Amino acid sequence: MKKATFSIRRGGRETAEMVDYQTEISEGMVVLDAVHQIQAESAPDLACRWNCKAGKCGSCSAEINGMPKLMCMTRLDTIPLDQPVTIEPIRAFPPIKDLIADVSWNYEVKKRIKKFKPRAPDAEDGTWRMSQEDVDRVQEFRKCIECFLCQDVCHVLRDHNKHEEFIGPRFLVYAAALEMHPLDTEDRTGDLKDMHGIGYCNITKCCTKVCPEHITITDNAIIPLKERVVDEYYDPLKRLVRLFRKK
Amino acid sequence: MTDYPTFEHDVIVIGAGGAGLRAAIEASGAGVSVGLICKSLLGKAHTVMAEGGMAAAMGHNDDRDNWKVHFSDTMRGGQYVNNWRMAELHAKEAPDRVRELESWGAVFDRTKDGRINQRNFGGHRYPRLAHVGDRTGLELIRTLQDHGIHQGIEVYMEVTVLSLLKDGDRVIGCLAYEREHGRFRIYKAKAVILATGGIGRAYKITSNSWEGTGDGHALAYDAGAELIDMEFIQFHPTGMVWPPSVRGILVTEGVRGEGGILRNSEGKRFMFDDIPDNYKDQTSDTEEEGWRYVTGDKNARRPPELLTRDHVARCIMREVKAGRGSPHGGVYLDIAWIKEKIKDAPEHIKKKLPSMYHQFKQLANLDITTTPMEVGPTTHYVMGGIRVNADTQESTVPGLFAAGECAAGINGANRLGGNSLSDLIVFGKRAGEHAAIFAKENGHGTLDNAAIEQAAKAALEPFERDGGENPYTIQHDLQEMMQANVGIVRQHDEMVEALNGLDALKSRAARTFVPGNIDFNPGWHTALDLHNLLVVSEAIARAAIERKESRGGHFREDFPGKDPEFAKFNYSLKKSEGGGMEISKIPIPEMPDYLKEVIEEMG
Repeated sequence: MKKATFSIRRGGRETAEMVDYQTEISEGMVVLDAVHQIQAESAPDLACRWNCKAGKCGSCSAEINGMPKLMCMTRLDTIPLDQPVTIEPIRAFPPIKDLIADVSWNYEVKKRIKKFKPRAPDAEDGTWRMSQEDVDRVQEFRKCIECFLCQDVCHVLRDHNKHEEFIGPRFLVYAAALEMHPLDTEDRTGDLKDMHGIGYCNITKCCTKVCPEHITITDNAIIPLKERVVDEYYDPLKRLVRLFRKK
Repeated sequence: MTDYPTFEHDVIVIGAGGAGLRAAIEASGAGVSVGLICKSLLGKAHTVMAEGGMAAAMGHNDDRDNWKVHFSDTMRGGQYVNNWRMAELHAKEAPDRVRELESWGAVFDRTKDGRINQRNFGGHRYPRLAHVGDRTGLELIRTLQDHGIHQGIEVYMEVTVLSLLKDGDRVIGCLAYEREHGRFRIYKAKAVILATGGIGRAYKITSNSWEGTGDGHALAYDAGAELIDMEFIQFHPTGMVWPPSVRGILVTEGVRGEGGILRNSEGKRFMFDDIPDNYKDQTSDTEEEGWRYVTGDKNARRPPELLTRDHVARCIMREVKAGRGSPHGGVYLDIAWIKEKIKDAPEHIKKKLPSMYHQFKQLANLDITTTPMEVGPTTHYVMGGIRVNADTQESTVPGLFAAGECAAGINGANRLGGNSLSDLIVFGKRAGEHAAIFAKENGHGTLDNAAIEQAAKAALEPFERDGGENPYTIQHDLQEMMQANVGIVRQHDEMVEALNGLDALKSRAARTFVPGNIDFNPGWHTALDLHNLLVVSEAIARAAIERKESRGGHFREDFPGKDPEFAKFNYSLKKSEGGGMEISKIPIPEMPDYLKEVIEEMG
């Protein structure tokens, strides 16, 4: 059997080192299998998150050879094994232990986004009618598995640490799913501009590239939201109208 | 006096999948304070893996559907050992629960006239599954999560419950530990709801994540509650079989609902070979009729691929055993063939089954729009679980409620696909509602510090030994044994052997050793999970030995036929005063006339 070496971050919030582990490789293995094997063979206390092992829950996000990926969907035959494979936690958030990052910030951010507010049911049976065409674009956004890989690669969060001012691509997609929901009546444009920092995004599309669900984050979610903000707040005619309204 | 941090709520919900979230929402809506304990991060529970949809007789795609048909389908699928009252409530209430999800923001696939679209599934007479492509579970959990976070529910993520705390007969909270620092915590509650899901990790080949270790089953059992129907395990007919690392991962029944067919290595569509008598007049006899059914012809009968899961799984086993399997020990599931019937087949498949397309493309390097998949049975779901009152979901222990997969009754001997997600929201709601009522009527209990100290001390033992057994190895050996001895095809001697094996594993589990410290230590967690896995495995084996017949998810090679005598009761397992597991028969109460009439009317 072929063996490969994995260089894995071991350590807590403050200090850590990269430790090498060797394990046997079999056909079809993914990175998460290697981590599990290492846990069972030589490092029972190696911490990693995982659940579904099928790319559906978004728990096992990590940086594999520096690339943000889901460990469960990264086949070993797609990465070079002649040198150690590095596995590290996602870096846009503080590490907790080994491969685990503290993603609690994301859960706090979500609460700050105004919730779904449907219009009153208007079909005879007390529900609504929506055509498939009208829900297609929202369904794209709702595929999100909250793996936070998009947050991880976003330079506004990763390099500039604007966690206080910017909600990141995941929550712009979340806001877009609400804003473009055919039944929703809430207006989040003001919040997007002021509280959620949509202006920070300069459309480098790194988030779109890493999305394991292939959501067209930048083009389909962020840019249309930016356009709404521009229409609402920077359209000269509307500004004039608002000026008079205020009086 | 223990000085562990103590959290007080009126209602504590253990488990944050569909049932737990729905229960928490209902209880907090009733005005009580709710704490929700998740083993993982919020929104990652196994519910996300549910693919096909949730069954609710809304009749959008076929107006002949109604609660009566759904009820009779569920009873027939469960081979009439279901709790009929649960099956009735479920069939009647599921449509409202689905519509409620829509009002909370869920975006289901639509019919042409703009209503929620419903798809065909095994054992359901009419198209009944509200769905979102093949990621319905994600839609369910996200909708509940995003609705729930605005309800004032306190969420405790990455916290594992070790034992339930009692005051006399009544459950008054739980002892738990938080993963990051490994510290113990006490949760005090006037009522506790278990919504911990399944037991799949007791088996080697499973669709379940690491979390499916039967926690709620074992917590309830240790607290004195009864478990019923534990012999009924659902082996889903279509799990991935190749490559080895993905063995067991689910391939949705939706593939067959969209026209996918099963073939053996000779290219034969073998499901036509064996159609059970009680499904003969509902099942098509020709391939042509089967296709008409999946494309919406109301006069056509369903193809045999859409027979119940227990039956399809056994037919696949039969083909493999007879040497007509695929190279890696499965059979072929082919959706690509529909290109003979429709023009834009590859696009259609990607649209209807996007996550299946990606799953096979990425994990098996296989394009399902051109190539048949290799599939075989995988441990998927436990019909058995905590015995509950159908209306209130209260267990046989006061103050302890259960909902979802860890509760039993609705499914009988076999669950129909799609009945699980609807079970979560129907009975999650009921559990939340009645736990809140219980909490309003009862105060907090008094903690038993000695019991808490004892449980905490026991939990830390794996660190205190000077060397010992690797918990991962014990888990692995348990899974191998359960797969081999109490799997899809069972017989007496092998199961008795399993009971002996379990005794040996129990003593090994008492000698585990875990290196490292208590901070986020999966080895420690695995050691602690062993107790739960051993309890459920023993319950499964004991009940399976007693049921000397074959019914639904329980198949005995030595008793291959169905015996009407065994239709009269459920097996119940309970901790005896001496600490051993006690099995008894609980007679199934007679069905009221109006339900009997429904069964008769539906044929």
